[in-house]
Amino acid sequence: MIYFDNSATTAPDESVLTSFIEVNKRFFANPASIHLAGKEAETLLERSREQILSILGAPNGELLFTSGGTEANNLAVIGFARALHARGNHLITTKIEHPSVLHSMRHLETQGFEVDYLSVDEQGTISVEELKSKLRKDTILVSIMHVNNEIGTIQPIAECARIIKENSRALFHSDTVQSFGKLPVSLSGDGPDAITISAHKINGLKGSGILALRKGMTPEPISYGGGQEKGMRSGTVSVADAVALAKAIRISATDVEQKDFRQWRNRLIKFIEQFENVRVLAPDKAAPHILAVAFYKVKGEVAVNFFQENGITISTSSACSSKNGTMGHVIEAIGVNGKFNNGVIRISFGKNNIEQHVVEFEQVFARFMELLGRGNK
Amino acid sequence: MEWNELLIRYGEISLKGRNRNVFVKKLRNNVKDALSDLKTVIIKSERDRMFLFAEDKNEMEEAIARLPHVFGIQSFSPVAKCEATLEAIKEKALEVIGADETAGKTFKVEVRRTDKRFPLVTNELQLEIGSHVLRSFPDLIVQMKKPDIVLHIDIRIEGAFLTAKVYEGAGGMPVGSNGHSILMLSGGIDSPVAGYLMMKRGVSIDAIHFASPPFTSDLAKQKVMDLAEKLSSFGAAVRLHIIPFTEIQQAIVSQVPDNVSMTTTRRLMLQIADKVREEEGALAIVTGESLGQVASQTLESLTAINAVTSSPILRPLIATDKLDIIDIAQTIGTYEISIRPYEDCCTIFSPSNPKTKPKLEKVAYYESFTDFEPMIEEAIVNRLIVELPLQQKDDFADLL
Repeated sequence: MIYFDNSATTAPDESVLTSFIEVNKRFFANPASIHLAGKEAETLLERSREQILSILGAPNGELLFTSGGTEANNLAVIGFARALHARGNHLITTKIEHPSVLHSMRHLETQGFEVDYLSVDEQGTISVEELKSKLRKDTILVSIMHVNNEIGTIQPIAECARIIKENSRALFHSDTVQSFGKLPVSLSGDGPDAITISAHKINGLKGSGILALRKGMTPEPISYGGGQEKGMRSGTVSVADAVALAKAIRISATDVEQKDFRQWRNRLIKFIEQFENVRVLAPDKAAPHILAVAFYKVKGEVAVNFFQENGITISTSSACSSKNGTMGHVIEAIGVNGKFNNGVIRISFGKNNIEQHVVEFEQVFARFMELLGRGNK
Repeated sequence: MEWNELLIRYGEISLKGRNRNVFVKKLRNNVKDALSDLKTVIIKSERDRMFLFAEDKNEMEEAIARLPHVFGIQSFSPVAKCEATLEAIKEKALEVIGADETAGKTFKVEVRRTDKRFPLVTNELQLEIGSHVLRSFPDLIVQMKKPDIVLHIDIRIEGAFLTAKVYEGAGGMPVGSNGHSILMLSGGIDSPVAGYLMMKRGVSIDAIHFASPPFTSDLAKQKVMDLAEKLSSFGAAVRLHIIPFTEIQQAIVSQVPDNVSMTTTRRLMLQIADKVREEEGALAIVTGESLGQVASQTLESLTAINAVTSSPILRPLIATDKLDIIDIAQTIGTYEISIRPYEDCCTIFSPSNPKTKPKLEKVAYYESFTDFEPMIEEAIVNRLIVELPLQQKDDFADLL
């Protein structure tokens, strides 16, 4: 099987699994306990935290271990909205965020917060001018994803960070779940103030993620309990998950752009563009590992099934929205022509892929086109 | 930015007269110790300053990160070297200035032309280079008196040497240049700070800690080891003596009335510390006592406790407020360790109503019924000595 759905999830790295099992065997104690075993677990936990923060360029920053990207995004949006409420009640995000950000924002709207949703162009890019015009004195939080999960668009977050800093006191959170390990991501210099990373998108384990923050930033908790993680995220911390994540982050940070994803993507774009009634979404401004393609009057599901039968795993626009059958919010936001909008598939590369997979994909794609009766242009 | 060398300026040492080279040598050794794992580092000391070279760029960065913790250094600056031609100096000047934030900073150029063969005279050079820098960094503002950045250029026969950035050093005197003392290290907030302040004055230390297993745990012991290790990061190794104190404490509880037991405990601790001091060839005993902070730190208590020895007892915190002590502890990184919650030997046996004004004669009278001497000897013989920093293997490296 050729696995081209790495934006949905990745296969755990062998050494990450080994760490996870080893830590569970040798350091299973509760890191909050004061006995020796607990102390050891705590030391290991803190080492993981230090390692991740130093890779993110914020050795003095804060790091909260969470149950994944969704919880980290919820904590960032809702937690900071509550923490900064005294300063204002206006938030800004985009129309193409992951549901974990969008739905948190909608929840906040029911609680009296005011939210502006930035629109995007046909490539999925926001306009920094619009961002600038929406910033207000009482804007407390801006959340803009780095790379979109459905079509791969890269947002200009360095520029956004600068504009937000120059024009407001708002805190800037960026969901970097899809970009970490593929593009440079950092909390230092002109980067965001807070970022979300999910372990299972970078060959780590499911059920594990982080919210990384610059020094001194503290969201209000969104869950309550024993006050772990400085009271910001209660619940016994899974040391094994933290260590496994630290390892996955170390491996993927040293792997950035080493694979030929960009080259494969360009090759596929060139190949696909020779057919009629097929369009590549966000051809110019997307991350190297994501390629979204829309078919004219063909359902995405049909394409996914055809590729599946031919040994290639791809997905419709995103795994999260693929089951409910309605048009995804991202596809709607970029204004895909009505005849195309039901037929979006996503190919996403990961580190288990090789160039031969791309060659085979092209062959199957050509057969699919032939079957639909859509020859070369 | 690649630096060729570091220029290190001395602190109080530079006030020394004929014995200055003793202090310089000590500082040089301490710098060497602090950087012992950096293989390419070479140190050259002169009467007024010290130079540090490192072939490996990363080791140079690491040296820059560590030097601010070494006592005896006032400040230091990275130096870039280039050919002594106007063109080369101009180009290097831009690199040196560009290595740091310039927006809104004031600046001036200072030239020293040791090599008088250089065609331009000092004033012309300053003007030429200053205006060249300003063309590339228009946000700099020229100011002659106390500017933020001084671009210093030294033109010697072997080349031109440029510096701009100044890193603050830790000040103080090189550790070991003012003798050796015993620090009574309890595990609280004050004693590590007292140790730090004495180290800053050039005193090297052995630390002594009293443990009462099984009432105190290995974690309490680990805590004190971590504190001693932290202290050892300030430029000199620290030896930690851990004294088994259980038997003596039980003897005190059974032989001496409750309300003076605390005073007796301190007196016996001081006797033990004094004996260890003598064995180690140290001159004084350092404590973290601060007047009036607890019952054992009133003048009356200090008198009763002090009576057991005539060795000098140094109390650098005696007149310092608790909040100020906490500030220092936080800056030097011992606070986080000190507030770990483990019981120490004092808290376990402490009476509910200790006398704040114990009478020396009465305390001595109560103690006279028990012969503590053999117990003291035994505790000293059975002490555990740990050398810090520990060279321990890293159990976790494979997992992360």
